[in-house]
Amino acid sequence: MRRSKILYVPFWATYVFLYLPIVVLVVMSFNSGKSAYTYEGFSLKWYGELAADERVQTGVVNTLIVAAGSTAIATVLGTLLAVGLVRHTRSKALDALALMPAVLPDLVLAIGLLLFYGLIQMTLGLYSVMLSHALFSMAFVAAVVRTRLVGADSSLEEASRDLGAGPVSTFVRITLPQLTPGIVAGALLAFTLSLDEFVIAFFTIGNAEPTLPIVIYSMIRFGVTPKINALAAILLLVSFTAVIAGQRLTKIGESRAQD
Amino acid sequence: MLKIDGVTRRFGNVTALDDVSLQIEQGEFFALLGPSGCGKTTLLRIVAGFETPDSGRVTLDGEDLLSKAPNRRPISLMFQSYALFPHMTVAKNVAYGLERERLPRQEIKQRVGEVLETVGLSQHASRKPAQLSGGQRQRVALARSIVKRPRLLLLDEPLSALDKKVRADMQLELKRLQHEVGITFVVVTHDQEEAMSLADRIAVFDSGRVCQVDEPVALYERPRSPFVADFVGANNLFHGVASGLEALRSEKFGMLPGTPLTELEADSAALLAVRPENVELADENAARGLAGSVLDVSFYGGVSHISVDVPDHPKPVLAAVQGAASVQAGAKVKVRWNAKDAVIMAVDR
Repeated sequence: MRRSKILYVPFWATYVFLYLPIVVLVVMSFNSGKSAYTYEGFSLKWYGELAADERVQTGVVNTLIVAAGSTAIATVLGTLLAVGLVRHTRSKALDALALMPAVLPDLVLAIGLLLFYGLIQMTLGLYSVMLSHALFSMAFVAAVVRTRLVGADSSLEEASRDLGAGPVSTFVRITLPQLTPGIVAGALLAFTLSLDEFVIAFFTIGNAEPTLPIVIYSMIRFGVTPKINALAAILLLVSFTAVIAGQRLTKIGESRAQD
Repeated sequence: MLKIDGVTRRFGNVTALDDVSLQIEQGEFFALLGPSGCGKTTLLRIVAGFETPDSGRVTLDGEDLLSKAPNRRPISLMFQSYALFPHMTVAKNVAYGLERERLPRQEIKQRVGEVLETVGLSQHASRKPAQLSGGQRQRVALARSIVKRPRLLLLDEPLSALDKKVRADMQLELKRLQHEVGITFVVVTHDQEEAMSLADRIAVFDSGRVCQVDEPVALYERPRSPFVADFVGANNLFHGVASGLEALRSEKFGMLPGTPLTELEADSAALLAVRPENVELADENAARGLAGSVLDVSFYGGVSHISVDVPDHPKPVLAAVQGAASVQAGAKVKVRWNAKDAVIMAVDR
């Protein structure tokens, strides 16, 4: 079959549109000059300045605390949610409701959470951001684990019961090992989502020391410098690694399940 | 030993089991036979504890089973898919049930070793299920079920995933094992040959009801309903009415010889069934028999099947003879049988 060359144009145009800004961002982070727009020569000085910036440092620490905490909560709750949805209910409505936070606009979620925290008179801080992130990450974890659970053979669980194991023992020894790749993939996804989340964090952090995305936002207000490029490049590296690792793990799990 | 009393199970408006009662004795090899969707697997799952009947009672040695969770029943179920735990080795799979009983480690190790010896898998103890062949997986599943020494072992289509040669070996193996361990076996199958060769007694199921419970030979020779006659083994069936004599009155063929299994009212609807091996091929000038022409001859090694087209009969009449057949397709013949070799049964309207 003859393939039309014309169709390659939008194909490559899409890729250029998608990745050119990212490539420019990474290249400019090595700029020796002060401008974020004209490249003057190679240098690592912006990375050095970044490391020396205290606001960035606290931002990174806060972001890691929030990401780690929300990932832990979301992974546990999301997994349990998925098991409940697949094994213990046939309700399509509950299914849709559980996965809702993943598609709800961030802004809606942010305003809602802010009002809710106000209503129960909770003082805002890092932990309120953590809880908020856990809320929507949970939906993503549940979605990933759910797919795996649907593909898993439920007769394994029945066999375990038949051999004398109670429900808890069956869950820990049979169900969980089957789900591990899905759970890890979900956790990595939750971690990356929390890492660069801005809107919800901005609304629910109160007067606490800000997370990294908020730090970047306030830095940009005084103009874009290559320092921000350097920071973005590092974030990119971390996110990419997590996503690729997550995909790898899911694939390994799938090929194992097919054996 | 196992007593099933009036068990009914409905799924929506489909009745999977309709007032089923069965009694299975200690040490018996019992088969539940029926086409797919006849309810036999549902019954097995009720006994194992994964389904709850809408009504009826199930007791084991007089003890109520239905109120117990599956993990508290002294029963093992061998799944059709085997359901081996993919993340555990063969030895771990087999040890799983014993570990749940919190037995001492030494005893678990010993019993696992013994049972793997029995099923001939000692060499493969440290392999994962994915590294085994179908027949080996089946034996692991069996070992895992019997190592707990259950009072009753349920097997759901135990041989359906195996190819023909392995299946024949495993049939013998299953029988040997059942003898050796002395556990009561209940096997579910849709394969009537499998049921006949394995079981001491067979219950034939049709759309949620038990049609007949009998020993294999009795089931084969004296089917008590048209369904059983048709489902168990090959049979030539003729519709007609009871004549009051040792014959069926057929509209198209006149009187056909056969033995009524029960007292039949004259002129009531009846069915005559005659096995292929009891059908004799005669010369076309023979005094007695139904005239027809040979459609096809198939040679199976030990036996040959000859199908004979008899005008006005919906299906060709099947005859089986030992060794190679002496007739060829197209030959004019007559088919006949003796009254004692054919059975006549009532047809429910």
